Amino acid sequence: METRDDALTTFLGWFSLGLGVPQVVAPGRVCRAVGVRDDDTSRFWMRLVGVRELAAAAGILGQRRPAPWLWARVAGDAMDLTLLAAALVTKRERAARIVGAMGSVAGITVADVVDAIRLGRQPETGDETVRSRFAVTVRRDPEEVYGFWHDLENLPRFMKHLESVQVTGDRRSHWSAHAPVARTVEWDAEIVEDRPGERIAWRSVDPADVRNSGSVRFSPAPGERGTEVRLDMEYTVPGGTLGLTVAKLLGEAPEQQARDDLQRFKQVMEAGVIARSEATPEGMASRRLLRQRPAQPPPEPVGAGAGSHDGSSS
Amino acid sequence: MRATCWTGRNSVEVQNVPDPKILNERDAIVRITSTAICGSDLHLYDGYIPTMKRGDVLGHEFMGEVVELAPGVESLNVGDRVVVPFPIACGRCNACVNGLFSVCEDSNPNAAMAEKLLGRSPAGIYGYSHMMGGYAGGQAEYARVPFADVGPIKIESDLPDETVLFLSDIFPTGYMGADLCDIQPGDVIAVWGCGPVGLFAIASAYLLGAERVIAIDRFPYRLRKAREELQAETLDYEQVDVREALDELTAGRGPDACIDAVGMESHHDLLPLHAYDRIKQAARLETDRAHPLRQAIMSCRNGGIISVIGAYGGFIDKFPMGAVMNRSLTIKSGQCHVQRYLRPLLQRIENGEIDPSFVVSHHLPLDEAPRGYEMFKHKEDDCVKVVLKP
Repeated sequence: METRDDALTTFLGWFSLGLGVPQVVAPGRVCRAVGVRDDDTSRFWMRLVGVRELAAAAGILGQRRPAPWLWARVAGDAMDLTLLAAALVTKRERAARIVGAMGSVAGITVADVVDAIRLGRQPETGDETVRSRFAVTVRRDPEEVYGFWHDLENLPRFMKHLESVQVTGDRRSHWSAHAPVARTVEWDAEIVEDRPGERIAWRSVDPADVRNSGSVRFSPAPGERGTEVRLDMEYTVPGGTLGLTVAKLLGEAPEQQARDDLQRFKQVMEAGVIARSEATPEGMASRRLLRQRPAQPPPEPVGAGAGSHDGSSS
Repeated sequence: MRATCWTGRNSVEVQNVPDPKILNERDAIVRITSTAICGSDLHLYDGYIPTMKRGDVLGHEFMGEVVELAPGVESLNVGDRVVVPFPIACGRCNACVNGLFSVCEDSNPNAAMAEKLLGRSPAGIYGYSHMMGGYAGGQAEYARVPFADVGPIKIESDLPDETVLFLSDIFPTGYMGADLCDIQPGDVIAVWGCGPVGLFAIASAYLLGAERVIAIDRFPYRLRKAREELQAETLDYEQVDVREALDELTAGRGPDACIDAVGMESHHDLLPLHAYDRIKQAARLETDRAHPLRQAIMSCRNGGIISVIGAYGGFIDKFPMGAVMNRSLTIKSGQCHVQRYLRPLLQRIENGEIDPSFVVSHHLPLDEAPRGYEMFKHKEDDCVKVVLKP
C-alpha cells in the first residue's frame, strides 16, 4: 500500500491542483500565458483541462492508491500535447510560447510515467485487514452484560451480519455470517481469553472463510451508570482492496461494524428490543443510512427474516 | 390508510400509504382520532430541517384508540384511549431513567445521521426527519407507537380530544419552558412568540407562580389571545422597541427569565437585520435565524435564565456570548421531556386549572391538511392551531 510520504507523488498531486485552479478560474489568462489565442473555444478546452487536473489532484492526494490517477495524468498529458499541437496550427498567437508549453508538458509526462510505473511495481497486498472499534455505556451491571455476551449464541441478536453461532465445544463455536454480494461465510472460532465480568476475546480457527478476531471489555461505569463496553474487532476482507471497495459500493462500511453491533447490543440490553423505524426497519445499520426508505409504513411485513432475532413479534 | 406526506419544500399531500405494522414486541398501533399541525412541522414544510425524504408521513401530535398491541406491552389494552408523547423513548436507558426522555439513547435507529449535525443523537421523534429516526408520523389514520408501555398516557375521563390532545407536545413544551425558568415569587417572565407553544409557556408561567408575564409577538390576533385569555402584558415588536419597553416594565431590572418560543425561523422588525439572517440562512451560512434569542439574552436581568424551547436545527451566528458570560446568564433548553410532564399536566387539566383547547382556531378533516399547513404558515384567518380529524 502506498503512503502519503511519497514526495514525487505528492508533488504531482499538488502540481495538478496548482495548474487546475487557474485553468478553471481564469482560463483566458492561462491561454494567453501559453501563447494560445484567447477565444470561447480555447477557454472551453482550458476549463475542461482544468477540471481534469482538479480530478487528478483529488485522486492523487486523496486516495489511498494513487497509481491509476497517475496513469490518468499520463493520458491527460497526451491530450494536452495534442491540444497544444492543434493550437499551434489553428490558434497560434505566440508560437514560441506554445512550443515552450509543449516542452514543459513533455517534461512532466516523463515524471508522470516514471511515478506511475514505480507505484505499479509495488506489491499488492492480497487481503485487506479492517479494524473496527467502538465503545458504549450500557445501563446494566457488568456481570449481566458479560453474561449475555458470554452466551455466544446471543450474538446474532445484535450483530447484524451474523446468521448464527453454535457452541460446539468448551471454547469452540461455529459461526456463519452474511457477506456482501448475498453469500454466506462460515468459520470456527475459539475463545482465547475469558475473564468473567471483564473481558472475552475470540479468534477464528484456520481454515476460515473470513479470518477474524475480536475482544470485548467490560468495566463498571462511574456512579450508577452501568457498564462501559469496548468492542475491538479485526477481520480480513477477502479479495483485498477490490473486495473492500465492492463492499463499500454495496453500502457496507466494515469499519463501522463495531459501532452498529454495539449500539444494537445496548438497545437489546436496555430497551429489550432493537429500535426500528419505518425508514430503518431492520434497525441501526450504517448501510441503511445511505439508502433510507421514506418514513411511511412498509408495504410488506418487515423484520421477519434477519430481524426476528431480537424477539420482535412480526 | 390516508396519511399526510411531505412531498418537498412547501408541499404536503394526503396520500394512500400502507397501514402501519407492529415491528417490535413493545409496539402498539393506534387509530388516530385527533392530530394537530405543530409549529415545528412548519420548519419541515419550509425545508429547514435536513434529512427529509419525499413520502415521509408527518405529524408528532396525535391521540387515539389502541387497536393492536405487541405482547411486550402490558400496561395498555386494546380499546384504551391514549395521548402519545412526541419523543420516542425506551424508558430504561440512563437518559430516560433520569427523566431526559427526549434524549433517549435507544430510540433513534439513525443516530449516526444526527451525530453528524448535532454531535450526539437525541431520541427518535414521530414524523420529524430521518436524522430523528425516520419514524412515520401521526397526521394519518393510524400510527405505530414504539415503547408503548412507556410513552402513551391513558385518558380515562371523558374529556374531549381537544382538551387532552396537546399533552402530546405543545402544552408540556410550553410548560417545560416555564419550568426551566425556576420561577421564584415576584418573578417577571418574558415570552418571545405567541404561537401555541408561547401561549402555553405564558399560561404555565402563571401556573408556576410568576408575578407578571410579558408576551412579545407581532400578530395582533395572537397578542390579543395572550392578553385577553391569559392576562399577559403584550408587546408588539413592530410598534415598540422591545429592550426599552422591557426596561420600562421592569424598572430597569430586565425580566428574571426569558423564554424563546420562536425558534429557527424568526422574524426581525428591522428589515436589514432580518434580511441579513434570511440571506445567510438561504445561503446555508447559518441554518437558524435567531433574533429573538439574541434579544432575550440582551434583555434578561443579570443572573437570569434563558429558556429555549423554540426549535433550532443547526447553527446560528452573532451569538452574544459576551452577555451570557459577563452577566452570569444561564441558558437552558431541550426538546420537551414530555413523558415527565404527562401525569402532572393531565392532573392540572382534570382539576380545571387549564383547558388547553383555548389555542385551537381551526378544525379540518385530515384530507385538508395541505390547506391547514398553508393557513398556519401564512397566519391566514387568524390561525393559531389546526386540529385534523382523520
